[in-house]
This record gives sequence, C-alpha cells and structure tokens, in this order.
Amino acid sequence: MSTETLEAPAVETVKMNGLQAINAALMEAMEADPKVLVLGEDIADNEGGGVVGVTRGLSTKFGTMRVRSTPISEQAIIGAAIGAAMGGYKPVAEIMLMNFTTVAMDMIVNHAAKLRFMSGGQSQVPMVIRTLTGAGNQTAGQHADFYEAWFCHTAGIKVVIPWTPADFKGLYLSAIQDPDPVIIVESGKTLFVPMDVPVNQGPIPLGKANVVAPGSDITIVSYGQMMFTVMQAYEELTKAGVSVEVIDLRTISPWDKETVLASAEKTGRLLVVHEAGRNFGPGAEIAATVQETLFGKLKAPVGRLGAPYCSVPFAKKLEDAFLVQPPEIVAEAQRLIAMS
Amino acid sequence: MSQTLENRAKPDAKTQLDIYRRMIRIERNDDATRTQIRRGRITAPYYSARGQECIPSAISVLLNDDDKICTIYRGIHDMVAKDMPLRPLWAEICGRVDGTCKGKGGPMHLTHPETGVMVTTGIVGSSMPIANGFGWAALLDGTKQVTVAYFGDGASNIGAFHEALNLASVWKLPVIFVCQNNGFAEHTRYENGTSVDLISKRAIGYGMPGYTVDGNDPVDVYAHAHAAIERARAGEGPTLLECKTFRFMGHVFGDADGYMTKEEKAEAIARDPLPIYRQKLIDDGVATAEELDALTAKIEAEVNDAIEFAMACEYPSDDELRRDVFAEEIPA
Repeated sequence: MSTETLEAPAVETVKMNGLQAINAALMEAMEADPKVLVLGEDIADNEGGGVVGVTRGLSTKFGTMRVRSTPISEQAIIGAAIGAAMGGYKPVAEIMLMNFTTVAMDMIVNHAAKLRFMSGGQSQVPMVIRTLTGAGNQTAGQHADFYEAWFCHTAGIKVVIPWTPADFKGLYLSAIQDPDPVIIVESGKTLFVPMDVPVNQGPIPLGKANVVAPGSDITIVSYGQMMFTVMQAYEELTKAGVSVEVIDLRTISPWDKETVLASAEKTGRLLVVHEAGRNFGPGAEIAATVQETLFGKLKAPVGRLGAPYCSVPFAKKLEDAFLVQPPEIVAEAQRLIAMS
Repeated sequence: MSQTLENRAKPDAKTQLDIYRRMIRIERNDDATRTQIRRGRITAPYYSARGQECIPSAISVLLNDDDKICTIYRGIHDMVAKDMPLRPLWAEICGRVDGTCKGKGGPMHLTHPETGVMVTTGIVGSSMPIANGFGWAALLDGTKQVTVAYFGDGASNIGAFHEALNLASVWKLPVIFVCQNNGFAEHTRYENGTSVDLISKRAIGYGMPGYTVDGNDPVDVYAHAHAAIERARAGEGPTLLECKTFRFMGHVFGDADGYMTKEEKAEAIARDPLPIYRQKLIDDGVATAEELDALTAKIEAEVNDAIEFAMACEYPSDDELRRDVFAEEIPA
C-alpha cells in the first residue's frame, strides 16, 4: 500500500461565512426537493431577503409561494409550518430572534414537538425552525438570549447550534431532510466570520459532535459562537503546555454522549462552556451524565462555565462581563488540572 | 355587523338524512361515553358536546374524506361527524394499543388521517394556526381540499385566533374557521370574556366573510358551510362561521354547572336540536319514524360493538414510551 492512498484527498474549499453557507444549503435543498419551503418575517426578496440576508435570492428563484414572507405573527408562522409539514412538505420557518420563540412556545413545544408521539406515530412534523441569537452586539435583554435548554428539555425536538460555515451547510442539509422538528440556532459571530467550506459540502449527521482538536490533559466542550472564545483559550492553554481536546457539540439534543464520554475518560477532566445561563443550562446535563458514568475515572469534578443569573445587559462593559471570556476558560481549565 | 348570505344552498332529502345519521351517531356515542365513565369502565377527562351535534354534521356532509379537520378537546363529535370509525376511536378513549394513537393521545388528542382528522388539541385556540398550514399545502398541491378549524367561543380571545385569521386572509387560504359558540368559555360566561356580541364581527377586522348562524339548525349551518367551502375551493380564501349553540353537560363531564342558571339550561335543552330535527324530517316526509328508529338501532349496535372491542384490547406496552418521540426509536 502506498502512502498516497492513506492521505486524505485534497478537498477543494471556498471561503464563506455562515450566512452564505446557510443560503447555499437552502438554495441546494430547495433545488433538489420541491417539497422544501421557507417562511418567516421579511424573508422574501421584496422584503429584503431576511433581516441579515440569509434567505436573499430564494424567493426570486423559487417564487413567493415557496418562499413566503409572513406578518409578524410567530404563532401563525410555526402553526403554518406544522400544518404544511404534516401535509407533506418540509418547511423551514424563521423566527427572527430566539427571544421571539417565546411568543410561539405553544406551537413549538405542545404541537411541533409532541404531535408524533401523541398521534402514536401517525403524524410527522418534518420542519426546521431557524433562529438567531447571541450576546456581544449590545442588543440587551430581549434580543440575545440562548434558550436551548428549554427546547432540549422538551421531548420530540432536536436542537442544533453550529459554529463553522461548513457545519451550517452540512447540518442544514440534514435538518431539512430529518423527519422530525429541528431548531437551528444561528449565533452572532457564527454568521459573519468567513472560514473554509468544502466545495461539495454534503450533509453532516445530526447528533454527532466534532473533535476539533485532540489533546490529553483536559476536554473542553462547547458550541455556537462560544467556540470562538474556546479556541482563543485553547491557543493560550497550548502555549502554556496544556494539551486540550476541544469538542464542538454541534447538536445539543440529542447530544453525542459517546464522543464526550470517550474524550472525558481519556483526558480525565471535562469543562463545559456555553453562552446560555449556567444555572440549569445544558452544561448541567452534560456534567451530570459524565459524572454518573465516569465516577472514579475522573481526575477532577466536571467544570461548567456559562452566563451569570441575569439578563443580557446593554452596556458593553457589562456585556463583556456577562459573556464567558478566554481568561476564565484558561483559569478554570488550569484549576481543574491543578486538582490532581 | 354579521354578514347575511344570499342564494342559500339547501340540503336534498338524502343529505338531510345523512346529517341526521351523523347527529345520532354523535349523540349515541356521547351518551355511551358518559355511561361508561359513570360505570367506572373508563377514566378520562371528558368534554361532552351534547347539544352541539348539528354543527359538524351539517358541515361534514359537504366534506370529502381527504378534506381535513383540526379540532379541539371538545371535538369527538367533530370526528364522529367526519365518520371516523368507532372501534379505534373507542380504543383510544380507553387508552388501548389498538386506538387511533396507540393509547398515547387519549380523548383530547385523537388523530386519524384516513378520515381527515389531522390534529386534536387540548390547548385552546391552537387548532387554527395549524389548519393554515394544511391550507397552504393544499394550495401548493393544487388540490381543491379544504381544512376546517373547529374551536370554541373562548378560543376567539386567544392570540392564535387573531394571528391565524390574519394570515389565512393575507394568503387566501382554503380554511373555514368554525366557532362552536356554546356561550361559555370553560366556566366564564360569553359576555364576561368576549368584547363583541357576535364573534362573526371579528371577521371584518381580517377581511373575510363572517356569519353567525343558528348552530342548532342543520339547514342554516349547511347553507353557510356550503358557501364557505365553495369560496375556499374556488381559491377565494377563508370564512369565519360562528355557530351558536349550547352544551348540555357543562365544561368537563361531572362539573357542577354553578355558573349557569337552571332556567337557561332547561330552556336550551328544550331546544335540543335532535328531536326537533327528527320531527322535521318526519313532517317533511324525508323519513318515517320507523326508519329513523331503525337507523338509531343500527348506530347503537355500532357503538356497542366499538365499546366491547375497545375493552377487549390490550394496553400499550411500556416500550411505547421510547417510540414516536422521534421517527427513530430512542435507545432504552
């Protein structure tokens, strides 16, 4: 066997940001499958192609029957998506900001998430809810929250929070074809930072984490725009001689227990970092599961970093204090390592 | 003001009899449900629609099997009117594995796509936004299918009602919004919770026709439903139909009725749509008393068969907890 055959073939890539990647995924999915629909506030080209332009060009290409701008009516948006999904279509519904999902909570948690179960499997609700959030832009308390824990706690809906543009493309392609409701959170910076995306980026399975960097001293798990912060901390820790394994969870529910447990067992230490509130956040579930499974094999208790118990503040200084910063991750990782 | 309808369609003799058949099917089924609960053979919250039989019966004769309904916790009469088979219906009410939903939905969450029963919801007001989605799908499919969203008077005060009617009107969806106004939102009197004297007036705000009809008069309901369905099938958009009626058994079966007077209840029961319609059919020569009795006997037999079928069914196994959460079974 020659060494050439063992090397991964060179993948042709193109630089794009998250919103271009999502746009490409929607474009590709709508082209391939006439059942794919898009709806939401301001999403058609007459209304600007979405508040940050994610859906730009779609209505021009596919028409306003498949790409429908809606009134500001979140319950009506999710309700129409549920009915269309049960009627044989694959709607992608945009709720402009994650805080506004609260207005449609009945439709999401009582209906979209439960109809398959309550109908004994007769009803399928293959829909995607797209939503945007994230602190760091001084939008304050009602435009920047992470509520993934609410949805993770509701049986029947999958929760995906990508980081890289390639993941956005791949995870969108999977979510649109998934037979169940999926909520995809697009968080702040993830939409605007260009990265390499394989030219033919295909679907990436839901529920599979990505080991971004291998390491042996500690595992750090995160997702969404917090991954940028984690990667800064990773570089500092690496410079300080700490070997960090970084995992991007990508899908928060159902989460990739296998990958996280295998990594935590290997390194003996785990730190979970997220932008959502630390109290009752996804980190609590991950920490509890890892400790239940690996008690005795861990070298330190599982660490958790998340937002403090307050709303997202406006003042830049407060917002910086609200968000987990690289030095906190470095300090917490070193504290956990110093414990053994 | 509520609109008035011109050129009223009239049900022919065969259709009149079909409406009656559905009404009796609802009434016999409802009576049997209450009997089984009283006898302790079923444990379930039950929201009787006794008194409201006419509304879905006069509408369902105008619907095809593939026309859809989205209904609510007080909606078993809507399903029975849509000719859902009674065996799986009863098995579901009894929480058995042969129920429409394998016993996982129960009387407030029945689903039976074969007869167009797509969603039954226990959340007041939520049938309407979902009905819109079926309407959108029908437009995309290019079919003439219509969707009926049933709800009560209390639901017209929920935000979802307003959002759904607005969207349906803007998108010209083939949806008929049917309010079964029985005068009470749970225990609250209509006028203590609703700002307009007629719910149909709310249609004006959403740019669609709105009619208030006598929900106890099959001919009146039929005529207005006919117009609404024709309008929807012609691509002209939604209609709001308010059908005034009364529920004889209170909010949830067994409640104390303390919020209504004995007189108004007695007066409503005196206007029971069933005996009045039966007499009308006989007087008009549509059917003889004997023929109607034979029909009732046949339906009673169907109901009894369904009850005994359901009682003999197995309960779902505990494995069902892991199924139907997602398409793929979740690991134990």
